[in-house]
Amino acid sequence: MPDVHALVNDFLIKLKRRKIEGSKATAKVTAEVLRSFISQQRLPNTNQAGALIDAVKAVGEQLIAANPVELAVGNVVRRVLHIIREEDLSLTAAAIGGLSLSAGSDDEDDVGHDEHPALSAAAVAAAARSTLRPPSLQTLLEDVPHTAAVPHTSSSGGDSEGKSKSADKNSSTKRLKHNVIEAVNELIQDIVTCHEQIAEQAVEHIHQNEVILTLGSSRTVVEFLCAAKEKKRSFRVFVAEGAPRYQGHTLAKELVTRGLQTTVITDSAVFAMISRVNMVIVGAHAVMANGGVIAPVGLNMVALAAQRHAVPFVVLAGIHKLCPLYPHNPEVLLNELRSPSELLDFGEFSDCLDFGSGSGSPILHVVNPAFDYVPPNLVSLFITDTGGHNPSYMYRLIADYYSANDLVLQRRSAS
Amino acid sequence: MVAKKSGRNRGGGGGGTAAATEVSVEELARVPLQAILLADSFATKFRPITLERPKVLLPLVNVPMIDYTLAWLESAGVEEVFVFCCAHAKQVAEHLENSQWFAQPNFSVTAIESNNAVGAGDALRLIYEQNVIRGDFVLVSGDTVSNMSLAEALGEHKERRRKDSNAIMTMVITQSKTSPTTRQSRLGTDELFMAIDPDTKQLLYYEDKSDKGTVSLDKTLLSDHPSIYLHNDKQDCYIDICSPEVLSTFADNFDYQHLRRHFLKGLLDDDIMGYKIFTHEIQSNYAARIDNFRSYDTVSKDIIQRWTYPLVPDVQFVGNSSAKLDRQGMYRASVVGQSRSAQVGPFTVIGSGTTIGSQSQISNSVVGEGCKIGANVSIEGCYIWHNVTIEDGCQLKHAIVCDGVVIKSGVILEPGVVLSYKVVVGQQFIVPAYSKVSLYQQPIKQDSDEELEYADSSSGFMDASSLSGLPDKLKEESTIQLSESQLQAASEVGSGGVGFIWSTSEGSHEEEWRHSVAPIPAAKLLEIMHTSNNELEVVQQDGNLPPSGELERDSVTANSNDYDDDDVDVKDDYEVFENEVEATFKRALEENIKEDDVILEVNSLRLSYNLATADCSGALFYSMMKSALSAPHPSPSDLVKNAATVITKWKKLLKYYLPSIDEEIEVILKFEEMCLESAKEYSTVFVQILHLLYDKDIIQEEAILNWASEKEGADETDKLFVKQAEKFIQWLNEASEEED
Repeated sequence: MPDVHALVNDFLIKLKRRKIEGSKATAKVTAEVLRSFISQQRLPNTNQAGALIDAVKAVGEQLIAANPVELAVGNVVRRVLHIIREEDLSLTAAAIGGLSLSAGSDDEDDVGHDEHPALSAAAVAAAARSTLRPPSLQTLLEDVPHTAAVPHTSSSGGDSEGKSKSADKNSSTKRLKHNVIEAVNELIQDIVTCHEQIAEQAVEHIHQNEVILTLGSSRTVVEFLCAAKEKKRSFRVFVAEGAPRYQGHTLAKELVTRGLQTTVITDSAVFAMISRVNMVIVGAHAVMANGGVIAPVGLNMVALAAQRHAVPFVVLAGIHKLCPLYPHNPEVLLNELRSPSELLDFGEFSDCLDFGSGSGSPILHVVNPAFDYVPPNLVSLFITDTGGHNPSYMYRLIADYYSANDLVLQRRSAS
Repeated sequence: MVAKKSGRNRGGGGGGTAAATEVSVEELARVPLQAILLADSFATKFRPITLERPKVLLPLVNVPMIDYTLAWLESAGVEEVFVFCCAHAKQVAEHLENSQWFAQPNFSVTAIESNNAVGAGDALRLIYEQNVIRGDFVLVSGDTVSNMSLAEALGEHKERRRKDSNAIMTMVITQSKTSPTTRQSRLGTDELFMAIDPDTKQLLYYEDKSDKGTVSLDKTLLSDHPSIYLHNDKQDCYIDICSPEVLSTFADNFDYQHLRRHFLKGLLDDDIMGYKIFTHEIQSNYAARIDNFRSYDTVSKDIIQRWTYPLVPDVQFVGNSSAKLDRQGMYRASVVGQSRSAQVGPFTVIGSGTTIGSQSQISNSVVGEGCKIGANVSIEGCYIWHNVTIEDGCQLKHAIVCDGVVIKSGVILEPGVVLSYKVVVGQQFIVPAYSKVSLYQQPIKQDSDEELEYADSSSGFMDASSLSGLPDKLKEESTIQLSESQLQAASEVGSGGVGFIWSTSEGSHEEEWRHSVAPIPAAKLLEIMHTSNNELEVVQQDGNLPPSGELERDSVTANSNDYDDDDVDVKDDYEVFENEVEATFKRALEENIKEDDVILEVNSLRLSYNLATADCSGALFYSMMKSALSAPHPSPSDLVKNAATVITKWKKLLKYYLPSIDEEIEVILKFEEMCLESAKEYSTVFVQILHLLYDKDIIQEEAILNWASEKEGADETDKLFVKQAEKFIQWLNEASEEED
């Protein structure tokens, strides 16, 4: 195990210097760093969850401050905090349950758990959630399948392992930590497999002989389109090249190698082509709590064109892209201005940047924002790991994944 | 791990192809990439600031310069950096220790201190002796700002090395158009000429100090290379990828000091070793070196404009201070106290902890951390470092204000001012343009001979070290002395002010505007444009001449002619021709050239300007009279005598151009014109000279009579000379009648 401090520092530096790109990669690394951080964290005997939350918050603050524009970092930190709270809750619930069943055993003892071998932490957590908090729409709708399904699919193996260990040591320190790490592993797994989960739904959305338009490059979009192709759907894809980084070119290349009928167009031709398009499918950088999307630059224009021609505008977003914050002035504050050299050749324009003559103030200014903000009213549908959702439903979805207590994380770090 | 790291870096930087990355990854796996960073420029351009702090630690957009260089080296995959510190070595080492650079995994920074290096050559010789460089290395100066990816240049260098072991250095260059008016690049450096073989990219010629405006290439270059491109639109980035032979070359040539002036030119001139230097041109990436105040200004603005991304203020590439970017290039740190009525304009950086008072206006400036700016202050294009206090009502334009400076209320800083550390400017004081103010007195030794720059900087360095490198006791003493001298100096910068205004020697004052942070004033630009235009003309005229009559008549109209190209053509042709003839004649006088040769030359001029013989005679006569005029002539009679000697001497020449009456009349007309305009001295002796010409058989009586009759119908003013010559003409008439 490498020194966790060095690990965190290394990651911090990478974030600061913008050496990690893409929300998925960032999310995955963040989760991994937090996992090793938690595993190395020494916990006191009392109020373990509180101590763990504080520690994770402290690290999380640093990570978020390192690159405030990359929202995936904050999302994962909050997810992990939420996981800790959930696990703590489930442990307490289990302890209460154990207490009620075998009145003789004390808090530290784990007899209660032995008597409920079928009930995993997550299941208890779900139960506890439904009792201790106002039930979310999700849990209300999926109450029965949720409690039944979760223990079998995800954490039953880990839980039995944890149970045997905890039975040996008889300490809930290990239990809490272990459960949290298991849950974080699950989170990492979710992040890794989010493409597949989203791609599975492709057939429901893409129909025969349709024309799909996309802009820039997104791995999720590639997988989504290819999944539909594999299901023997035949359709055409228009790829807007996505100036100035022209990632659309690489996307087109990839689609062609997978045998998809592809047309490359310039970004400025989007409006002209949109009337022939059946659906716009794009990736996102982040999805805000109001259903607005931080997306690669140019997408706001595409969304407006789509709205004008009543073409559905579908955004694919892995669950790690859901951000529990409401955007404030996102065009500026949540944007990243990249180097002008992506647009212009510095040498060619060096004579326009001669500050020695004239007023000394620059006359030529090149703006190269990385992102666009697409307001929620322009988005028709979000497709996440868990299915399709309306923009107005996003805040509920977010309430399931994040704890309201953690939202202030960033505000504190900023002050 | 090494390979993985560098690969990711490149992906992040956005540059470099996958193939190039692959190659460099292999190379890196064998030998860790090393770099030598010279944390001393061995120059005095940043005086007086550099008396107190090394140049590499000066903040550039609130981050020390050396951190830009180190951050770039780190992200470019360099693993070992040797920082050579000389002036203020302790401060540099201290900065490195306090910074994060020592704690980086896979990136080691080693400081090498020396106290007696006087140039880059000494530094490299010292490093050579230490025997730490094992393979190819990157040689940069600590004031380089870049975001280029080294992989490509390094790959090219290694490829060349494999084929030819004499290819020891690859220079990084970039395109940069020099300003046509000032003939200096945007970084304030002189126009640079480079001859490059377009096929091999080999550097064949390098000249950055062409005062004469001429470039001379050795003709063997042309015979050895099928084609050569001569560039003046390239900029030297001062980033060199070197092989270990470079160090040994320095060790062999103990007199090499300057990297370009000695080493590079030495290698280019000397073909005994056969070492070759190649260039690598970067296209869209940024690389620049801060050499003077002008480039400090330019690079700062480039950073604010984000050309150096990701080395920009809102990315924490170093340290923990970060700013938020607002619209129009406004960078604000998280904790800034700004009055509601204060206006912070575009392209401005405000450091954390700074407070700005009401009604203050800031634009195009960089303000450091912990500054206190009062009310009604106007700051434009300034670089204000940390913990500066600016009281109410000050006006600052294009100035550099160092740490801890106090500017009392009502002070006005004119463009180009530099206030060094802890200077206090008294109330209502106006600091004149381009002045430099420091707590230290100006070193008396001002040996600004360019050739001896390194020697000069060594003496400067001794000064600096004596100030900074002294043991504490001595230091205290010197501060006591300082405070005494402060009292003496109080009056120099207003009442209650502390600091000395450095006087600039007369010669360098002319150049002050070139290298200052202030933009070149419009008047100056116009002046340069003017002189450069004249220069051009002079070159055409082939010599330094007094302008001819047409030009001298009125300098304003002459200027307007210069600018108005359309109207110049025909008229100017004759003027230029006249000047040429005059010059030829003058040369003939001075060098005693034979008449036949002069005729030959004038004829060729006549052909090239496509003029008639009549024009030649007129011009020749004009120049003769001019030369007579230029000889001393206390009285009109002496003038006639002078003219007589000249005419007698060159009679034959003039006669050659007077084959018919028409030409002779032309000469008289020309003479008349001269008397009226350019050489009024002749007007009194017009008749005498006319007589002289007649006597010497240059002008026949027929010509004079024709001239007189031609003038009969003219205005009274035109008849002035005819009237003067009335007697003479009458006499001629009589004489001819007699003959008949």
